[in-house]
Amino acid sequence: MIQVRDLTKIYTMGDERVAALDGVSLDIARGEHIAVVGPSGSGKSTLMNILGGLDRPDSGTYLFEGEDVSAFDDDELARFRNQRIGFCFQSFQLLPRLTALQNVELPLIYGGWPPAERRARTAEMLERVGLGARMTHRPNQMSGGQQQRVAIARALANNPDLLLADEPTGALDTQTTHDVLNLFEELNREGLTLIVVTHEKEVADRAKRRISFRDGKVVADERTLTPA
Amino acid sequence: MNFVELIRFAAGAIVAHPLRSGLTSLGVVIGVAAVVMMTSIGLGAQQRVTSTIAGLGSNLIIVQPGAARAGGGFVMGGAGTGMSLTEKDAEAIARDVEGAVAVAPVVRGQAQLAAEGANWNTRIEGVTPDYLIARDLTLASGRMFDEREARQGRKVLVIGQTIARELWGEQDPVGRRVRVRSVPFEVIGVLASKGQSSFGQDQDDVVLGPLQAVRSRVVGRRLRGDVVQTIYVKAENESELTRVQEDVSNVIREQHRIRPGDEDDFSTQNMASILEASQAAVSTFTILLAAVAAVSLVVGGVGIMNIMLVAVTERTREIGLRMAVGAKRSDVLIQFGLESVALSLAGGIIGLAIGVLGALLMARVGDWPAAVPTWAGPLALGFSMLVGVAFGAYPSWRAARLDPIDALRRE
Repeated sequence: MIQVRDLTKIYTMGDERVAALDGVSLDIARGEHIAVVGPSGSGKSTLMNILGGLDRPDSGTYLFEGEDVSAFDDDELARFRNQRIGFCFQSFQLLPRLTALQNVELPLIYGGWPPAERRARTAEMLERVGLGARMTHRPNQMSGGQQQRVAIARALANNPDLLLADEPTGALDTQTTHDVLNLFEELNREGLTLIVVTHEKEVADRAKRRISFRDGKVVADERTLTPA
Repeated sequence: MNFVELIRFAAGAIVAHPLRSGLTSLGVVIGVAAVVMMTSIGLGAQQRVTSTIAGLGSNLIIVQPGAARAGGGFVMGGAGTGMSLTEKDAEAIARDVEGAVAVAPVVRGQAQLAAEGANWNTRIEGVTPDYLIARDLTLASGRMFDEREARQGRKVLVIGQTIARELWGEQDPVGRRVRVRSVPFEVIGVLASKGQSSFGQDQDDVVLGPLQAVRSRVVGRRLRGDVVQTIYVKAENESELTRVQEDVSNVIREQHRIRPGDEDDFSTQNMASILEASQAAVSTFTILLAAVAAVSLVVGGVGIMNIMLVAVTERTREIGLRMAVGAKRSDVLIQFGLESVALSLAGGIIGLAIGVLGALLMARVGDWPAAVPTWAGPLALGFSMLVGVAFGAYPSWRAARLDPIDALRRE
């Protein structure tokens, strides 16, 4: 599904030039469940941003289903993010003024869904993550785990090909971390491609493939055995 | 992306902070209300000036003694400034000027009227029958005196509505006797009402008598011989006005034996030019007022820009998130632009309502003839929208230009 070749991204900080990505090449197949690990500053977040169409590489190519995403303009990238990608952030990034329903609805609105279908789909997604009873709650009326589930429902609403999660459990306690990981696994079993950036061993261990980063390079890319 | 949804986003943000939104719009409210009220005052003044001047008589030329003063406008011919105009001048105009349909010499004085116990002090004018034609006056009842009565110095009067009311109340004054400076006169007619002039003068508080009688009985001590204070000349039509005015000047110069090159000892003005000059003055005044008011509209726009910049900073993460889930830069631009236009337009609508109410209130309570121009509504709404677009453009552009990664990371 994804072919990445010689991706480079260089940041200039003052006089210093830092290569956040230094010739990264990867192939990712549909249905994979990948953990991206590495110390902070190793380039894993930069990779996520480029894979998610939030950023462009300085050089190299990024093919998504054969399309060269690195050549997209701003509007094409916006459309790409809307149709192909679902994001989960460590800080959830829910809009505080909006209810759970309205938050989940956002990608559908930008995707141009008609109102009736939009509402049906939104409700369906909230049911799917187990929040059917809290549709009209606002983020500040929900626990961290519930908020992250709303964020996951939003990420999945427009039926993306790829779910990108950046430290999705970083702000959650052990029990809710468990719930979220179970949900991820379930979604993966249903065929969703999943890439999770994480520091946490438990999260990384539940993935089927682990890619390790250091200084902008892939230092290890291994299949892990999923616990039966 | 559906435009309706963008409107909903913008409206949601405005409703989320009602107090802030209200205060932000307040600048535009005040600006628009001020512009509407100022233009209403201006238009009212213009209408009043126009009706007053038109009320003096159409196609009218006014001849007064004394040279015209520099600067134009009304010539203030105070008492004693000139005794140069005479009835002979008026006769010469009537005889020699083609297209002069009415020539009316006038003498004026102030007199105490007494009738059956009631007293009234008023303006008295000694005129010829042509005066009614020249000044576009009509009679409500009775009749005007004729040439013969005027020549004979008959002691008859035509009175204004105010006099009739003050001296006789509801009773018909025609045929009654009234003493002017203890000289008995007979009332033969009542003028139709002309109301108040824009200068607050009651135009119905006047008495007309035959020129000879008024001169000899009322104002005689101040005016020698056949001197008159004003001569009104009515031209046949507007296109002839300037030509008749020139002919009148030439005839009087001839009468007064003024040599070519010497200054006139009288002045002529026509109503059209007076009207034009005063309308120009009033509209300059209106534009000035509106311009001052428009400054507050600009200040209101700056207030909107300020709050929109704050909003963009505050909602940086929201912008980043919207972009992450698929908002195009143009979607963000339009969302924030609509927010700014909505704030400004709401201010404009409220300001328009306040301005119109204020103008009506002024007209009713303040006795100022404020008239809301028909274009005030579209203008106010158009301008407030323009303010919203102009002052919302930069903040919206800043929002749309944000880098989604930086925006999402912002605390």
